[in-house]
Amino acid sequence: MAAARTFRVLPGFNLTLGYTLGYMSLLILIPLAAVFLKTTELTWGEFIDVVTAPQVVATYKLSFGASLLAAAINAVFGLMLAWALVRYSFPGKKIVDALVDLPFALPTAVAGIALTALYAKNGWLGQYLEPIGIKVAFTPLGVLVALVFIGLPFVVRTVQPILEDLDTELEEAATCLGAQRWQTFRHVILPILLPALMTGFALAFARAVGEYGSVIFIAGNLPYVSEITPLMIITKLEQYDYRGATAIASVMLLFSFTLLLIINGLQAWTAKRTGRDR
Amino acid sequence: MSIHVRNIRKQFGSFTALDNVSLDFPTGELVALLGPSGCGKTTLLRIIAGLEQADSGQVLLDDEDASGTHVRERQVGFVFQHYALFRHMTVFDNVAFGMRMKPRRQRPPEARIREKVHALLNLVQLDWLADRFPSQLSGGQRQRIALARALAVEPRVLLLDEPFGALDAKVRKELRRWLRNLHDELHITSIFVTHDQEEALEVADRVVLMDRGRVEQIGTPEAVYDHPATPFVATFLGSVNLFHGRVEDGQLHLGEHALALGSASGDVSGDGKAVAFVRPHEFDLVPGWRTGDGLPATIVRVVSVGPSAQIELSRLDGERIEVTIARDTFHPLGLGEGDQVSLRPRRIRVFQDDTRAA
Repeated sequence: MAAARTFRVLPGFNLTLGYTLGYMSLLILIPLAAVFLKTTELTWGEFIDVVTAPQVVATYKLSFGASLLAAAINAVFGLMLAWALVRYSFPGKKIVDALVDLPFALPTAVAGIALTALYAKNGWLGQYLEPIGIKVAFTPLGVLVALVFIGLPFVVRTVQPILEDLDTELEEAATCLGAQRWQTFRHVILPILLPALMTGFALAFARAVGEYGSVIFIAGNLPYVSEITPLMIITKLEQYDYRGATAIASVMLLFSFTLLLIINGLQAWTAKRTGRDR
Repeated sequence: MSIHVRNIRKQFGSFTALDNVSLDFPTGELVALLGPSGCGKTTLLRIIAGLEQADSGQVLLDDEDASGTHVRERQVGFVFQHYALFRHMTVFDNVAFGMRMKPRRQRPPEARIREKVHALLNLVQLDWLADRFPSQLSGGQRQRIALARALAVEPRVLLLDEPFGALDAKVRKELRRWLRNLHDELHITSIFVTHDQEEALEVADRVVLMDRGRVEQIGTPEAVYDHPATPFVATFLGSVNLFHGRVEDGQLHLGEHALALGSASGDVSGDGKAVAFVRPHEFDLVPGWRTGDGLPATIVRVVSVGPSAQIELSRLDGERIEVTIARDTFHPLGLGEGDQVSLRPRRIRVFQDDTRAA
């Protein structure tokens, strides 16, 4: 490795690498290592008992299932929103553009309470949805709504710059070659947007898995039905069961890490396949 | 396929891009739309393609009104200035795109597509790049691939929007010749837009000169170069010396000097204020100042490189004149910087001065 000293215009490889490692250690690696360390206070048997308790397993399903679904919904509608913002001008466009970021800024508890008030039996929307058999508040559906809400900005903000750079000439070229509208979208636009879309999806997913504040209010937290994994951890903590809490946390971390690794791998693969990464 | 354009008008806000333009493009010709930027040439091309809609007027493709026909049904091949290649596809997939997008019933089998793509890539002499991505190609190669892609759908017309505009001078020259040869091989009706007069004159069968949304002149390269119909055409094509003066009794009066208009071409009906154009190579140089014979001037600078000498002169009133003379003719005269000479134009083109040029 040392033999291949390449010249770079900007120096500072050692500095940046050292800084990166130090920073990552302080902020991410050490705290997370502490989680795993605390977990090791449990015996293997105890660990398995805690993390595979039926109530806990039910929360994994809800947390990861709803998060994946929410990220998928955000990928579709976030793309549409970004498209509208980039391609068209309409009255109030600037305001809509600013509104997109609001889920970032709003304290999640406020979002949760607002959503609950809207979708509860006597809420603005809930009073119309409940009679036709759609229960949102205090069900897994409510969890999904909250996760879609907080994940929205990620897809819009990752796709938007790519769309802005996208030349309309490409669409014109495709049309001249006889492509129908959906073919142009499917074969020309989507492949170019895909890596950004996947980044947005991954971010929205990661955010949704870790979300606590907004979900707690709208979920109702019925065991086996609408409990999310972060709630399980908090519950354990409130019972001073630190080891149990960290055990569940480490399972969640491993899960999330694996999924993010897969998504990043997919992204790199599409980039390579489409000739962007060389 | 023949193309007829009838009374096309197009406004962009308060800017008139095309002002009542009517043109005919006969089958099999290679026509250049030439003009400065903003003259409406690209807009006209895009309207013919169907990428833009005219405010009024008609486009007839093979004598059929195309106004209601969508771009994808017009069967036009369009080549963009910045190539517009699909960067996520290989060269092969780019060229195959048009065929693969056809409705299932019209789509040729994959083996036939493969065969045709390779034939097209051979035509543009780039078959060896089939598996590359556009980002791995040079500008000239990209534009040739873009052309192959446009030809893949067997267009009835080929429209090229500044096809060589983004390339460097040497590659541009090569591609020009190559495009001309390709056209001689395929004989597909083609229109290309350019602001480069050299390119238009070298490649096209006919040149359409445009300015401010209007057609100024149509003709073969020789015709528009030798017989410009308007002052705009005279100044836009090639380099030219401009004189403001008066026409009286068949003579052009420039201050106290007069030039005979014997072989003048242009609009010399009647006397009055006039603008005259003389190309640098249409002057004869005579040593010394002679009254009543040519235009007195002083040599300021001589660049004698290559087959001809470029001479910069200054008239008595300080205006600059450019003259080009064969070196073999110039050297025996024994003239150098600072010498006084008389200029005799062999040809003058005169137009009535409509004061806007003042």
